[in-house]
Amino acid sequence: MQQIINFIIRNKNFLLFLLLFCISILFTIQSHSYHKSKFVNSANFLSGGVYNSVNNISSYFNLKSQNQLLAEENNRLNELLLNYEIDSDSAFKDSVNFKQQYKFTSANVIRNSYAATNNYLLVNKGRNDSIKEDLGVRSQRGLVGIIDKTSANYATVISILNTSSKISALLKRTNHFGTLKWDGNSPQIVQLTDVEKIAGVMQGDTIITSGRSSIFPKGIQIGIVEDFKLDAAENFYDINVRLFNDMTNLEHVYIIENTDKEEIESLLESTNE
Amino acid sequence: MNSLATGHIFRFIALVFFQVILFNHINFLGNINPYVYILFILFYPVKNDRIVFIFISFILGLTVDMFSDSGGIHAAASVLIAYIRPVFLKFAFGTMYEHNHVKFDNTDFGAKLVYVALLTFIHHFILFSLEIFNISGILSILQKTLFSGIFTILMITLLSIIFSRKTK
Repeated sequence: MQQIINFIIRNKNFLLFLLLFCISILFTIQSHSYHKSKFVNSANFLSGGVYNSVNNISSYFNLKSQNQLLAEENNRLNELLLNYEIDSDSAFKDSVNFKQQYKFTSANVIRNSYAATNNYLLVNKGRNDSIKEDLGVRSQRGLVGIIDKTSANYATVISILNTSSKISALLKRTNHFGTLKWDGNSPQIVQLTDVEKIAGVMQGDTIITSGRSSIFPKGIQIGIVEDFKLDAAENFYDINVRLFNDMTNLEHVYIIENTDKEEIESLLESTNE
Repeated sequence: MNSLATGHIFRFIALVFFQVILFNHINFLGNINPYVYILFILFYPVKNDRIVFIFISFILGLTVDMFSDSGGIHAAASVLIAYIRPVFLKFAFGTMYEHNHVKFDNTDFGAKLVYVALLTFIHHFILFSLEIFNISGILSILQKTLFSGIFTILMITLLSIIFSRKTK
């Protein structure tokens, strides 16, 4: 017993180092697996507050380009609205029973990140605005990511520029499914894998979300096919997709909540049993 | 609380703040950022309580991790260089270290540069290995270590020249 205590006292520096090093490695491993509970994330009052106050100042610097983006979005929505009114002028809309499947909440990105291999964004909406884990996030131009952790007033978003993110996507022209991933290199290019060989991919094809997961509705724009090749087994395409979104310049985003998600998930669970 | 401890606390907060607000967003040529906060560990006084020093380094790394959502990679790399620092002090400053005479404000510039460079590259290598966490990304790890390392060494050298209290 005496010897053990002596040993501990003699090597206390090394033991402390080993302990702290193991804790950090543990945190690191947790951060590499999707949605594992993490103690250390930036959606807390301290880092959220700091980023929020810094963003109050820095958001002025790209005000012009953001206004341009919002004007484009308004223009697009106006076009849709006008066409819609013409289509449905004789239809009777019962606004009392009108059930919205997707709820949108607008939010501001207060910390953007695109240079690391696992990028997380921070947005200024949290549990108090009924933001939950696993809600989708999009911007005016296309897909951004999925909500990861939430605190009272802030939430972190797993960007599509994150090597652990996997999102179901589809070729708009042929309706073939694939999985959207990122290889960690360019913030403009993401990879679409597992697309069947018979899909007949062409350069310039549009990629949209598939709506197969209950997170995103079908049809959110992602990007266009930059180039493609068959994988080693020659069964599936590996496609490089150029994003519509400029991930390096994000300010206004929309958080999408699927109100039928619980119903869909409980149904899937009961069929799996 | 004496003024020395207050100075350390101030330096800790200032370095973390500038790291997460400024240096993490430089993204020179796409993804090269300096990690200047290790200045705190490198130039911590040589005469110290090692337990406290290792623990402070861990907290420093973890704070940077919290702000950049990176798990524990900064904490691991910081704790490692804090633990192996004496070896490199001895290597770079030789007999001066053995006689407990090292004061960073008035040491030879060459020796200081060797010391900073070695510890910076070790820190960055661990950092990027843990960030990429994949042995097939070894080329990318080495590339990032080299470029970010050079950037960090440059910034640390500049900062230490600007803030040195040398009186001649």
